[in-house]
Amino acid sequence: MTVESTAARKPRRSSGAGTKRASAKKTPQAPDEPQLVQLLTPEGERVTHPDYEIDLTADELRGLYRDMVLTRRFDAEATSLQRQGELGLWASLLGQEAAQIGSGRALRDDDYVFPTYREHGVAWCRGVDPTNLLGMFRGVNHGGWDPNSNNFHLYTIVIGSQTLHATGYAMGVAKDGADSAVIAYFGDGASSQGDVAESFTFSAVYNAPVVFFCQNNQWAISEPTEKQMRVPLYQRAQGFGFPGVRVDGNDVLACLAVTKSALERARRGEGPTLVEAFTYRMGAHTTTDDPTRYRADEEREAWKAKDPILRVRTYLENQGLADAAFFEETEAESEALGKRVREAVRSMPDPDTMAIFENVYADGHALVDEERAQFAAYRASFAEEGK
Amino acid sequence: MAVKKLPIAKAINESLRKALETDPKVLVMGEDVGQLGGVFRVTDGLFKDFGEGRVIDTPLAESGIVGTAIGLALRGYRPVVEIQFDGFVFPAYDQIVTQLAKMHARSLGKIKLPVVIRIPYGGGIGAVEHHSESPEALFAHVAGLKIVSPSDASDAYWMLQQAIQGDDPVIFFEPKRRYWDKGEVDFDAIPAPLHSARVERAGTDLTLVAYGPMVKVCKEAAAAAADEGKSVEVLDLRSMSPIDFDTIQASVEKTRRLVVVHEAPVFYGAGAEIAARITERCFYHLEAPVLRVGGYHAPYPPARLEEEYLPGLDRVLDAVDRSLAY
Repeated sequence: MTVESTAARKPRRSSGAGTKRASAKKTPQAPDEPQLVQLLTPEGERVTHPDYEIDLTADELRGLYRDMVLTRRFDAEATSLQRQGELGLWASLLGQEAAQIGSGRALRDDDYVFPTYREHGVAWCRGVDPTNLLGMFRGVNHGGWDPNSNNFHLYTIVIGSQTLHATGYAMGVAKDGADSAVIAYFGDGASSQGDVAESFTFSAVYNAPVVFFCQNNQWAISEPTEKQMRVPLYQRAQGFGFPGVRVDGNDVLACLAVTKSALERARRGEGPTLVEAFTYRMGAHTTTDDPTRYRADEEREAWKAKDPILRVRTYLENQGLADAAFFEETEAESEALGKRVREAVRSMPDPDTMAIFENVYADGHALVDEERAQFAAYRASFAEEGK
Repeated sequence: MAVKKLPIAKAINESLRKALETDPKVLVMGEDVGQLGGVFRVTDGLFKDFGEGRVIDTPLAESGIVGTAIGLALRGYRPVVEIQFDGFVFPAYDQIVTQLAKMHARSLGKIKLPVVIRIPYGGGIGAVEHHSESPEALFAHVAGLKIVSPSDASDAYWMLQQAIQGDDPVIFFEPKRRYWDKGEVDFDAIPAPLHSARVERAGTDLTLVAYGPMVKVCKEAAAAAADEGKSVEVLDLRSMSPIDFDTIQASVEKTRRLVVVHEAPVFYGAGAEIAARITERCFYHLEAPVLRVGGYHAPYPPARLEEEYLPGLDRVLDAVDRSLAY
């Protein structure tokens, strides 16, 4: 792949620690930086790339815009609900809408997704009801959706673990002779985890149909990418024997095109691909985090100029692909979504106390049965006292 | 082939073969399990007969083995994973504890992970460090896992069948120093429930509870005690999670004395759990405190010292005498 080989020749120093901050000032294609696949500039200009092209209808372009707006609205509502005490925690995806919608819309229904805990946009693309994502953040469950209904696995909190599950699942897909693909999401911090390295090894050795989609949002809570790696992340794939590509993670068209290409490669039986979506975590790591302690406002402002949604809107407007009525409708729809989410969370019931003992085992376990009975008797003793 | 006399290793091999034959979703995976047939030859011949699609030589990465087994189970497969030695399971500990054990509950019952992890465990083979450990308590402490260990060929065959057929993750601890002990396997038998304990030898004066490699030692101890006129009952626990406390309780209500024996360190070990619960259940029957015999709170020693470290006949008999002296 040209992208990979060109970048791999570059001296390590120039593409290492300086990359992240410099990219805010320079254009992504500056000669001393790793190449970045881009199809829509921050200014909303459509550009071409020799390896990745995409031809979308006006309807599809508007659809991507709508997905991103609604995802951002849902995310903002969840943050508000946390501030209001309705959620215990929220992990915002603000700024990563293009990476998630672009990759999410590249998937087929029969593909399978292994998310981290921040893939709200991908969940949206898979048709998972957004309110279902909030149960774990409210504390009523650890994951409230059926993974097989939408081929969207439960959120995984232990960093990087799901990349191995995705790899195993993809090994199974290949065994079944199916032409589905699997996508594993993870972040720049997770790339330091042994499980991620092992998933690269296993997927390469077994030629598993999996796409590793890393959202490099520049920050692992407080640690910048310099604390995780000395070479651009996508270059790591080469050492494992499969291609890596860096894409503008704030460009929904590029993310869609690159992911689609990687998924097709997997379907053809050509094995894994690492996609590094170069993006930025505009918000805090989670609602418990305070980014003012470790990063400068200027950096965030520079990335704000590269907003993933604004550039699509500019493009749609400049090309006359959407009228005022469309933007108004989308706005109204997003307000309605916010309201629906708000009401759903507020009316979300606490689980029954005895749910503690449910589903610990599939086939039951004598100790769980014994402790359930003991606890039920203990609770019943209060009811009797009250009489 | 209704009944055959087989070493434990061969009984496990036959059980894996049977599972591979009867369920196309069963996979055998691990380091060196294919071409080589496993470092203990437990998977001998399976690669040849079922091919690399079913008997998978994996990269040398235990977390990767268990993590991909979870993914394969999510796709509908039933992986039987081999961890080469007890002391090498720890790179996979995170996947086992945070993912394998908890995904069923996390999914509110929608995901089932029928993954069996076979681990040759325990000492007595003169090995180097990390090849002789008994880490069962570290797993039994985790809800979502089931922990079993056979002590003879028949159990090795049947308990592995049951573990593979069940829908829960099972850690199957194999007593590696007993791999070549022969026993009869009735291939047409109706096996006892997987998580039931079994009375190996009836007695009236004291109950010895053991599992895996220590069952043989306890049976020898009971025979030696009989020569001195002491009637010792021996229970093979078979399952460390869940534990069949009813069978232990019934025995202790009869004998009124209990000694628990395992290779694993005594501190926080299975014996502690059994002692606590049996004391609760049998407080008014007990004539003596529950005693434990096991490893010490020290790293497993170099091979030249392991005979002293491992509970042997004399240490078990010493505990029997101490209990009977109350």
